[in-house]
Amino acid sequence: MDISSLNSGPIWLTLQLASVTVMILLAIGTPMAWWLAHTRSKMRVGIEALVALPLVLPPTVLGFYLLILLGPNGWIGGPIKTLTGSPLSFTFTGLVFASTLYSLPFVVQPLQSNFESIGSTPMETAASLGASRWDAFFSVILPLSRRGYLTATVLGFAHTLGEFGVVLMVGGNIPGKTKVISIEIYDRVEVLEYTQAHILSAGLLLFSFLILLTVYSINKKLPVHVS
Amino acid sequence: MTDFLKAIFKVDYPGFALDVDLKLPASGITVVFGPSGSGKTTLLRCLAGLEKSGTMEIAGEVWQNENIFIPVNQRAIGMVFQDSRLFPHLNVRDNLLYGYKRTPADSRRLQMEEVVHVLDLENLLERGIEKLSGGEKQRVALGRALLTSPKLLLMDEPLAALDAQRKTEIIPFIRKIEKELSIPIIYVTHSMSEVLQLVDTMVILKEGRVVKWGPVEKVFADIQLRDAIGDQNSGAVLDTTVLEHDTEFGITRLDFMGQELSVPLQEIPPGQGLRVHIHSKDVSLATQPPDGLTSVLNILKTKVKKIGENAGYSVDIELDAGRPLLATITRKSLSNLNLQPGQSIYAFIKAIRMVHENI
Repeated sequence: MDISSLNSGPIWLTLQLASVTVMILLAIGTPMAWWLAHTRSKMRVGIEALVALPLVLPPTVLGFYLLILLGPNGWIGGPIKTLTGSPLSFTFTGLVFASTLYSLPFVVQPLQSNFESIGSTPMETAASLGASRWDAFFSVILPLSRRGYLTATVLGFAHTLGEFGVVLMVGGNIPGKTKVISIEIYDRVEVLEYTQAHILSAGLLLFSFLILLTVYSINKKLPVHVS
Repeated sequence: MTDFLKAIFKVDYPGFALDVDLKLPASGITVVFGPSGSGKTTLLRCLAGLEKSGTMEIAGEVWQNENIFIPVNQRAIGMVFQDSRLFPHLNVRDNLLYGYKRTPADSRRLQMEEVVHVLDLENLLERGIEKLSGGEKQRVALGRALLTSPKLLLMDEPLAALDAQRKTEIIPFIRKIEKELSIPIIYVTHSMSEVLQLVDTMVILKEGRVVKWGPVEKVFADIQLRDAIGDQNSGAVLDTTVLEHDTEFGITRLDFMGQELSVPLQEIPPGQGLRVHIHSKDVSLATQPPDGLTSVLNILKTKVKKIGENAGYSVDIELDAGRPLLATITRKSLSNLNLQPGQSIYAFIKAIRMVHENI
């Protein structure tokens, strides 16, 4: 077995992609989930359906539209190209953009149900004790949301690790830039290098299992706050 | 000069509307009483600034009107809810300090030691919330609200989730807060026994509107009150002073506006106040003092003030005994006695209830 022929590049790239994506998702997913959990707007169901779309769409469909959108003539890719000289398609940034959309429901949905179960009373109680909205969010809501954030982070991370279709469509297969583990596995199988494909697949499987295991055991230990 | 709390609120939800215009003394305990769905909690939420509606002014300070709206976190209010709403991720001490830390230092009139002492929380400070009993939780919630040094304390059925034993533990604390810390309290409840024990000013709500409001002795003496509070509670609430104890007969003598009342022996030292509730159906009337012996101990000399217009079997009579007193007699008796307003009459009181017995 020739492990040395195994390039660690795709592994690092994958971890990098997943980490950056999750951080962005937590930043934009928090206000989105908060809004969805508390709004009485009629827009709510529409937005909820949009957020859930990546769950049911074939990744190639999402990837196809993103490719057009991010490409040199796309609504996003075009202006970016005039600004920076290159479009977003087939770049790491493009991948992050695509992954963020693709994994959005995995972060927004757990956060939304977390905020819904907390309800509006802790915010009101904190306000009656003199806390501003931001203060109340950080001093009361966040500590009560540890489970929700843990679930959202891990699901978002793990889901980004495993994406294939979207990455292939938007990022292609450029070593060091867009070639992630799932693509590398596909490549190895294509050229019948089953050993390397095995190592990578088993590694991904084991890694995914371990983080899920960790989450579930931490979740079990975290106190459930019932008000 | 007395400070007032003025509030005009109009809230319209599908299937529910609140429409009130109140002027209450900004001192003592004001009890808001009414069945569920009458708008008690909504009124409290309006006062807190959790609903944006109408105008409100306390002790000359405008908290909201057409142009001004002080948001809830900037109002000097303390809120206590039925379900305590303590923060589960903080222990008792940190819950107590949550509002204190967020109160500007120059507005802090109450300090931790004082509140902990008044509410008897010394031994609970390091405890987690999940290890507290229902009564302890409410005491901590009360302390947490007090430590924001509120100008107004809003309590939404704070005892509703507690058993009778816990209630009797907490009621004295609420009275103590009002007396020792002189913070006006608006107290929402649908329990008549809590009303009687706490009330100074009463507001009765029904379907989002104020049915009756005013000082307790006035509200309870109103002959139309029967509709709002039910037959079993109709009758005057009197504040008396303990005169002396007669241990031989097991009697405590009370002073009421210069007249004397006897009740079963109380463990209250002479000079202290005792609130009693005299149901109107326990009062009968006679034009003469008894010339022979009678088993009735309590006879008050009164004047007829007002005769109710009850068309049924019985009729309510409002009497003036220095303070108002209510009697329910049959219409037949009314006719026999030929009662007229202003006439002197003797009220025979068959039973006196101490308000703390009602729990």
